[in-house]
Amino acid sequence: MLSEEMEKYLEERISQLRDQIPDTALQKLKDSAKGYPVELTKEEIDKIVELVVEDYKNSLINPGEAIGIVAAQSIGEPGTQMTLRTFHYAGVRELNVTLGLPRLIEIVDARKVPSTPMMTIYLEDEYKGSKEKATEIARKLEYTKVENVVDYTNIDMASMSIEIHFDGDMLRDKGVSIDDVEKAIKKLKIGEYTIDKPDELTLVITFSNLDNITTLFKARERILSTKIKGVKGIKRAIVKKSGDEYVIITDGSNLEGIIGIKGIDFKRVETNSLHEVESVLGIEAARELISREIKKVLDDQGLDVDVRHIELVSEIMTRTGEVRQIGRHGVTGEKTSVLARAAFEVTVKHLLDASARGDVEEFKGVVENIIIGQPIKLGTGMVELLMTPTSR
Amino acid sequence: MSEKVIKGIKFGILSPDEIRRMSVTAIITPDVYDEDGTPIEGSVMDPRLGVIEPGQRCPTCGNVIGSCPGHFGHIELVRPVLHVGYVKHVYDLLRATCRRCGRIKLGEEELERYYKIYSAIKNRWPSAAKRVIEYVKRASMKNAICPHCGEKQFKIKLEKPYNFYEERKEGVIRLTPSDIRDRLEKIPDQDIELLGYDKEHSRPEWMVLTVLPVPPITIRPSIMIESGIRAEDDLTHKLVDIVRINERLRESIDAGAPQLIVEDLWDLLQYHVATYFDNEIPGLPTSKHRSGRPLRTLAQRLKGKEGRFRGNLSGKRVDFSSRTVISPDPNISIDEVGVPVDIAKILTVPEKVTKWNIDKLRELVINGPEKWPGANYVIRNDGRRIDLRYVKDRKEFASTLAPGFIVERHLMDGDIAIFNRQPSLHRISMMGHKVRVLPGRTFRLNLLVCPPYNADFDGDEMNLHVPQSEEAISEAREIMIVHRNILTPRYGGPIIGSAQDYISGAYLLTVKSTVLTEEEVQIILGVVDLQKELGEPAILAPKRLYTGKQIVSLFIPEDFNFHGQANISSGVRVCKDEDCPHDSYIVIKKGKLLEGVFDKKAIGNQQPESILHWLVREYGEDYVLWLMDNLFKAFIRYIELHGLTMTLDDVTIPKEAIDKIAEKAKEANKEVLELIEKYNRRELEPLPGRNLEESLENYILDALDKLRNASGEIATMYLDPFNNAYIMARTGARGSVLNITQMAAMLGQQSVRGERIYRGYSKRTLPHFKPGDISPEARGFVYSSFRRGLSPIETFFHAAAGREGLVDTAVRTSQSGYMQRRLINALADLRAEYDGSVRTLYGEVIQTLYGGDGVHPMYSAHGKTVDVDRIIERVAGWRR
Repeated sequence: MLSEEMEKYLEERISQLRDQIPDTALQKLKDSAKGYPVELTKEEIDKIVELVVEDYKNSLINPGEAIGIVAAQSIGEPGTQMTLRTFHYAGVRELNVTLGLPRLIEIVDARKVPSTPMMTIYLEDEYKGSKEKATEIARKLEYTKVENVVDYTNIDMASMSIEIHFDGDMLRDKGVSIDDVEKAIKKLKIGEYTIDKPDELTLVITFSNLDNITTLFKARERILSTKIKGVKGIKRAIVKKSGDEYVIITDGSNLEGIIGIKGIDFKRVETNSLHEVESVLGIEAARELISREIKKVLDDQGLDVDVRHIELVSEIMTRTGEVRQIGRHGVTGEKTSVLARAAFEVTVKHLLDASARGDVEEFKGVVENIIIGQPIKLGTGMVELLMTPTSR
Repeated sequence: MSEKVIKGIKFGILSPDEIRRMSVTAIITPDVYDEDGTPIEGSVMDPRLGVIEPGQRCPTCGNVIGSCPGHFGHIELVRPVLHVGYVKHVYDLLRATCRRCGRIKLGEEELERYYKIYSAIKNRWPSAAKRVIEYVKRASMKNAICPHCGEKQFKIKLEKPYNFYEERKEGVIRLTPSDIRDRLEKIPDQDIELLGYDKEHSRPEWMVLTVLPVPPITIRPSIMIESGIRAEDDLTHKLVDIVRINERLRESIDAGAPQLIVEDLWDLLQYHVATYFDNEIPGLPTSKHRSGRPLRTLAQRLKGKEGRFRGNLSGKRVDFSSRTVISPDPNISIDEVGVPVDIAKILTVPEKVTKWNIDKLRELVINGPEKWPGANYVIRNDGRRIDLRYVKDRKEFASTLAPGFIVERHLMDGDIAIFNRQPSLHRISMMGHKVRVLPGRTFRLNLLVCPPYNADFDGDEMNLHVPQSEEAISEAREIMIVHRNILTPRYGGPIIGSAQDYISGAYLLTVKSTVLTEEEVQIILGVVDLQKELGEPAILAPKRLYTGKQIVSLFIPEDFNFHGQANISSGVRVCKDEDCPHDSYIVIKKGKLLEGVFDKKAIGNQQPESILHWLVREYGEDYVLWLMDNLFKAFIRYIELHGLTMTLDDVTIPKEAIDKIAEKAKEANKEVLELIEKYNRRELEPLPGRNLEESLENYILDALDKLRNASGEIATMYLDPFNNAYIMARTGARGSVLNITQMAAMLGQQSVRGERIYRGYSKRTLPHFKPGDISPEARGFVYSSFRRGLSPIETFFHAAAGREGLVDTAVRTSQSGYMQRRLINALADLRAEYDGSVRTLYGEVIQTLYGGDGVHPMYSAHGKTVDVDRIIERVAGWRR
């Protein structure tokens, strides 16, 4: 609590600190002082401000700190405590998501496709309140081929016709009608044919000028693999209530594919596919995604790791403008030092290539200097000042 | 002392001239020793190549073993052979250059243009330059006619590992190494550069060997085995093979042998030279020792975890280290380590003799190596090292001690040592400890430092290293020492803190019902180094009695304020503010513990934003060091007075409760049977996205989970919340409520891979069940409690689930270990600069301000830039 006078005083003190302390901390100071159960006096405010400055200055990082190694250890060490169990329910019961150590490894490997790609799709205002409207969009997203709703097919070689029997349950599940299928088939260019509907769940396609059985079989294949609706890669879309709105959670991810679909609030769409985010939204988005995904894995396992360590990993993975793997084909493989690369993996190849190119090892990094037994330029080894004590 | 710095290493390929120049002799004889066992001159063990036997002098450089670096010889290959490591490069070069004139097959102007681009960017952007080279190579390869001489080009084929063919009109012709070398020789200097090679240090033709360097015998020493038989190094064997075939080839050629025989021998020479470099070439049989063991040739020496790079260069074996079993000692300080006398007599610290310590050091020298504290070596001013084991009269020798000598004295109390437990996953796996020499044969460490090392005492061993230089000693003392590492950089919170009995003791001491007579207070404070008035007891009549909270308050700084919940604040005993009967809300005002108990949330390890954490941040590490050595020791003293054990009664529930649980079990069983029934009738409502079987499993798991929880609740209802086991669980000292209910009520579902156990026989887990039985008991549900005991079948399921845990751990460690190695390798070169930015040692900027606010997580309050709330609490909390 603050009296009006003290509030003004605090404002004044805070404005003096603008260039010393990050703004977020100052804002917090204002809010917290107002929200505190007892009224603060002038002396107390003075003391608090003094302590805030002192605390911040004391918390600053020391020059030379081997912060990369600390970050690597802070993420690597809890790895031993993580579960190896790949599957875990996340958010919705219907979907499995890779979590724990396998997911963490997947992220630092910068794999092109995650083992369980997934999207969370938020909807625009007019759709997000209604479950029916959300479900409608979800239905549109699910990638459905003819074969997904077919029970079985028959080929009649005498009449050169294909009989397609549909599975009623699947049709209902996917929200597809026979007419939809018919429409999809009509778009195909597979020759001349007529379509009959002997009953509710059957289509008979009779070809008029086919002479070859192989072409008939081929035509069946074409029909079965025809897309009825949906976005490629999205195997399933489930509507779920999140907060006060309905969101769609998908099994499978295709960020590019859902651009421009009506009702989807594209700005808020989330995916766990690093590669898609990189190519669609750019490197900054990819960096942010790496941070978030690592954080998510660690939080889910109940492991406490400072975000600064995680951010350092995502920064180094993305600093060249494209996502690089942590390892031989990425960050480590692109080091300039021959010895650092040789000491990591594929030793002999790196040495031979270096000799062919006539490379020079400059001994700037850590690994190289350890190899030849020289001090490394981290921590206390960073200091280059030499003192010559004069004898009295 | 002058320090030499290696500024750089230039890589290149040895030219034949250079090989001959650095060689002391040509190697020509395949025989190594004559009848009397002396090495033959001109063999691969030629004495001029260096000394390997003690006492010998090197005929080349005159040095003895150890100082003679060894000398190269060479083998003149009768016919050239390819160096296997460069086959890919040779292949590229052959395809990218003209077979007649040796030029890159691109037009003159085009070449000129690329060359200009290349030389402009090669220093600034080496990776972009690499792309230019790659492009030039690819473009040149596509050209079937040389634009310079108009020669028609043929397709060149590489048959792995090292045979080249040219597909000419008249047929496929093999290119011999000689042909290849001729072609490579023709490539002009400028073109070499544009192809990414170094014209001075790695001419392409040197990739085809005409002379083979013979490495000094110092890198391939022969060893004597027990029977006095000499065993040669693998490299020596390989070199002998090469010399033998080389000579045979020479003789055959000289004798004018048929082409076919010459070619066979040539091929054989190529094979031996190839396997000499690398004995794991795909497509080639590995070269084997007589015994059938594959030879360990050059590439194998460098490669892999135990190879030269990772085994000897990145990680080295060290002196001044020791290893033994660890055991606990609550009576030494947390920054001490108990070192057995036997070890203290072997590990030494160099101490320079000055006029101030000369008397002390004389005494140590007199004590000698056998008696602790003594000394093992003395290094005199002239640099001679004297081994005190062989000094006859140590007293007399001690008198010759003079300032400037260095005495390598035994490890003594107060010396600094680095203590380590593998796996060293983070930096606090190695910390500085002060040595405390103790009787016994184990390292002793305070129980509070177990968490950073992840150590326990079930047979763990740890390593101890003694730093030798002043720099190392002071860094260990100022940076690595335990109390500078109470906070972990991982999340900014104390990683060192109390656990187990410390927490139970703290709870029992601070709990409301604990009152102590003056005598008891004296017993408890007897272990403590504290000069302070005790003050008036809280209870004056009928007896003067102190509360436990009064005792704890003695240790807390007088301006410390804190409000917060304790670990025991849960379930029915939750306290949200001061006004609460359960005493689970901690209030400290002006250093007085007024309310609440000390438990895991207050003083536990790995508890950020706890009382302990604020104490470290606000009063410093030295204060907390003192606190841990004194207050925490008092907790142990109190738990010794009070006594804490566990009895069967702590997990025994009355008959009534057992009946209730049995009732619940019956209900749940019925529910499951109904589900199965429904499933059999196909009436079960499937969960979206799952098939019927999966849905059934899900429903059953839910039902059984409910049963376990229900029986747990029944058990906790009947258990005394103040019994020993329950106290440990509630305070966070050890175990959980779940553990207790498993002991008292029911173990619950055992699972393998997150599913009910179904593996074993076909359609059943054990022969005791009918095939297809999916009832709870047939799929690993354990109705028994540990208290009652498990049936044989239940025991089996429990063991199966337990085994999964073990396998899981084993797999996980290897996977996460590799991930961490990669992470460290990728991030090793980062450091914070003076301006707060993060850069690599190569100068690349990673972040302009570390973490966005420049705050180190270790010094932060659980990652916050500034913990404003805590600061306000510090200042004004006493009025709240």
